[in-house]
Parts: sequence; C-alpha cells; structure tokens
Amino acid sequence: MSAITRDEVAHLARLSRLALREDELDQLAAQLDEIISSVAKVQEVAQGDIPPTSHALPLTNVYRPDEDLPGLTPDQALAGAPAVEDQRFRVPQILGEEQ
Amino acid sequence: MSATDLLHKSAAELGEAVRSGATTAVEAATAYLDRIADVEGDVHAYLHLDREAALDRARDVDERIAAGEDPGPLAGVPVAHKDVFTTVDMPTTAASRILEDWHPPYDATVTARLREAGMVILGKTNMDEFAMGSSTENSAFGATRNPWDLDRIPGGSSGGSSAAVAAYEAPFATGTDTGGSIRQPAAVCGLVGAKPTYGGSSRHGLIAFASSLDTPGPIARTVLDAALLHEAFSGHDPHDSTSVDAPVPPVVEAARRADVDGLRVGVVRELGGEGYQAGVRQRFQESVELLESLGAKVVDVSCPSFDAALSAYYLIAPSECSSNLARFDAMRYGLRVGDDGNRSAEEVMSLTRAEGFGPEVKRRIMLGTYALSSGYYDAYYGSAQQVRTLIKRDFDAAFDNVDVLVSPTAPTTAFPIGERADDPMAMYLADLCTIPTNLAGNAALSVPCGLAPEDGLPVGLQIMAPALADDRTYRVGAAVEAALGERRGGPLLSQDALAV
Repeated sequence: MSAITRDEVAHLARLSRLALREDELDQLAAQLDEIISSVAKVQEVAQGDIPPTSHALPLTNVYRPDEDLPGLTPDQALAGAPAVEDQRFRVPQILGEEQ
Repeated sequence: MSATDLLHKSAAELGEAVRSGATTAVEAATAYLDRIADVEGDVHAYLHLDREAALDRARDVDERIAAGEDPGPLAGVPVAHKDVFTTVDMPTTAASRILEDWHPPYDATVTARLREAGMVILGKTNMDEFAMGSSTENSAFGATRNPWDLDRIPGGSSGGSSAAVAAYEAPFATGTDTGGSIRQPAAVCGLVGAKPTYGGSSRHGLIAFASSLDTPGPIARTVLDAALLHEAFSGHDPHDSTSVDAPVPPVVEAARRADVDGLRVGVVRELGGEGYQAGVRQRFQESVELLESLGAKVVDVSCPSFDAALSAYYLIAPSECSSNLARFDAMRYGLRVGDDGNRSAEEVMSLTRAEGFGPEVKRRIMLGTYALSSGYYDAYYGSAQQVRTLIKRDFDAAFDNVDVLVSPTAPTTAFPIGERADDPMAMYLADLCTIPTNLAGNAALSVPCGLAPEDGLPVGLQIMAPALADDRTYRVGAAVEAALGERRGGPLLSQDALAV
C-alpha cells in the first residue's frame, strides 16, 4: 500500500469535519502512515473465507411496548445548546447562496 | 474512629461500619474529602469536586439509616466516577474541551444504580479524552500522576479513577474498559480492576468511544470490593439494546470463595516473552507457580491470532470512534466556535471540532475515517473484523480445555510521563495483553501480583474467562490476593508506601 499523502490527509480532514492546521496535516500524514503500516498485518492474517465479527454478542432487535413515557422537557433538551431561539436550537446557516 | 482508620478500611468494611453505626456516612465522606484536599494537588485525579454536595449526599444516607431503613451493604460508602458517565448533578466532560462545563440532563445507568445503593459520589475523575489513551496524558485538563511515583503515568484511560483509589482519595471507583482502560491502570497502580463481560454492565449514559467494545467496570483495592461494585451496577438494562438479559454472575460469592483447587489455568504463550519487562515476566511466572501450589492445574495454551489483536483493535476502535464522535457537531450541545453570522454550519462544525478535540482524538477520527473509506474498507476494517472472528475462535478453543487464561496485564510497569507522548505506536503497546478480551467480549480481571524488582512498581496478573463467567476471574483473583497477602504479611498497597 502506498504511503499516505498530505493531500489524502487533507481530504480525510474535510470528510471528518476537522479544520486542521498545516502543521497538523504534516504531522498526521507521517503518523497515520506509520500506524497504517503497523496494523496492515490484519490483511495477512485474514486470509480465506472467514466470516467477519462486528459485535461480540449476537444482536437482536429490541422492542418495548408502544407506550407514552416521559422524556426530556424542552428546557432540559435545550439546556446545553450553544444557541437557542424561540425554544429551538439556533444553528448557523445550512444552505449556501447557490442552494 | 480516626480518619486514618476509615481510609484503611476496605469498601466492604466501611459499608459494614456505616450500617452498624460504628461510623457515619458523613464521617467516611469527610475522611476522604480531607485526604483529597491534602494530596490532590500532587495527584490530580479529579476533574470535578464539590465538598458540600458530597456531604449533603452523605447526610441523606445517615438520615435514612437513623430512620430505621436498611439501605444495603454499600450505603454511605464513597465512590468516584470516571468523567465519562453522565451525572445529573455535576458536569460530565470526558476530559474534552468540546464538553467543558456540560451538564447532562440524565444519569447513566451505572451512576443511577450506585446512587440507588446509597453510595456517596465524591466527584468525577480524570481520564484520557473520550477514553482514548493508556496514560491519562491525553486529558484536556492536564495529566494525572501515579501515586507510587509522581513522575509516572497512572495508566489510562481510567487513570484518574486508578490514581484516586491508589492515593486513598476514594475507596473504589468506576471506570470503562474499551481496550484495557480499567485493567492496565489498575495494574500499574497496584489495584484490582475488572472488565465485565460485554453487555453485562450497561452503556446507557456512557459517552461512547467504540460501542462494540466499551464496558463499564470497577477499580478497587481488594477483589471483594471490586466484586461488590461490579454487582451493584451490573445487570440487564432496557435502556441499552446491547445489554445482556441474564443473571449477573455471582462475583461476590466467588470473591469470598477464593480457591483454585482443581481449576484448569491456561498460560497464553503469545502474551509473554520478548518485549516484556523482566520484572513483569518474573512476577507473572511466580504467580503461575503460586496458582499451581494452590492446587490449580496449569497448562500452556496457544492463541495464535492474538498476535494480530492490537492491529485489529487499532482499526476497529478508531472506526467506531469516528462514527460515534460525529455527534459532536456544535449544534445541540457542547462547544461552538466561529459562529459569526457569516460562516456555514459545516464551517462552524469543522472549526469547533478542530479546537475542541485533542491530538489523540483527532488522530483516531482520521484513522477511522481512512479505514472506513471507499477502496480501503475491505482491506482494513473488513480484515480487522475477520481477525476478530479468529480471536473469538482462539478463546473458544482454549476454554474447551481450561477454565481461565492468564497473562501479565501490561507488558511494562508505569512508564514516565511524556515518554511515549509523541509515539502513538509505542503508546498503543500498553494494551497488548488486554485487547483480545475486548474484541471477543469476554470477562477479565487484573489483580496485583507484586512489585517489579528493578523499579519497585506494581505488576498486574490478568485472569480471563468466557463471557458470563466473570465469577471465575474473581475466584482466582481472590485466591492470588489472599496467598500473596499472607506471604507478604499485609496488603501491597498502604498509604505509607506511596509517594503522596
């Protein structure tokens, strides 16, 4: 596998919603490359027809009776919000001019 | 009863003393709060403390006892919570700037159950940010120090909890174990730490790191105390869809039984040898001989896939973390940076996350995003999940022949603060022995097995058992604890022996 480039790291940072500084991109490119090279041995071990395990326990969907139960009040739900307006979360603009 | 007497009591003894009227919950809490005031400046185990609120909780227990109520064996016993469990009456930060001063609107199931048991919460303990790390150096609010040697790490990520218990700043504490974050700090601080069976203890109200691995568990000075705490918060929880609907294994009974006669103990060949500190190997070998002398049948066991466990873990855990930490989006709670009226939600999100997350969290989010990205998914994440299958098979095959498996808990004793800070791969090696258990979801416990001769620091013995056979780990741990205590003529940990 080829080395992880700085451009790739910048792309990953965009996907991860992390506005990283230039020096962080350089540092992470080197570190991610080292980590990925070290953990790449999983490919050698996982040869052949081995079913993947995503979870330690067999999971089944869990249902509860369809009953009205008390939840958080609007005040509780909004208590930690960075900005609130008219009992709603106030967020920065989501659509740009072209949308 | 003097403050020193109270601090030296085990949690079990303290609970009994409160219940019988030999002391009160207020006296017990005061002894611990005073001890915290004395040593916290050196140790930095806590992120949140409120003396008056803790004393109020203690007074409440005393009033209930005075009114003739029997609030149970742990009522009035102080406890510290890792700052990753939500608490309605105190902040919960996961040691991250992104959650600084966040007050959750609900209690975690673990927190709620221990409140219900009448335990007095002293405060919230320091940790690696979002439980990512093995040294508690990744906290946004400063590193915690090991009470055995203040220049060394207390382990991680539950390092605040382990340091608090080791420094007599709490009789016992909660932690979470995703890749070894209870067992490794317990080992390097000379304590008992258990990773219960996955799903045996509820994750509801636990700030998620890697959901298929995260497991709440106890950190204590004795095996019985760990068992009492384990039992108090475990059991099925309808709020957690991965919670196991089965009886809690009889861990307290097992801790009291403390015998290994006739038990088959497997020594895992792959967890030892090269790369392990000489003193760790020596103490481990002596523990194996001790188990044999106590009547256990010891056999050599090979688990070949364990060699790839660390690699699989450092693909799976970051992948799950990159997904779980997407919730920190600066919209509904937590920090928000750069909202000047001109920036878009996406820009505000990116600026907030860049400022709010520390270096290790960013590294793991990026690693996870890489491992899950198109073109690399099968090679990395998919292969890691296949390795997980192989590890489970290794455990299953081993447990066909033995009752428990043993290994050192960590390859080295506590390392100096700063030594591995700039070398992620060196840091990741601290969890070498503990990770296979998390990937397979079974039970494990670390119990102190002596001090390494070369540095005088604690070494841990890890005992692993099949899922829902947690009681076996306690039975063996308690037997080792009793035999070593008898040999030494006293406990490994005593207030006088510590650096604080």
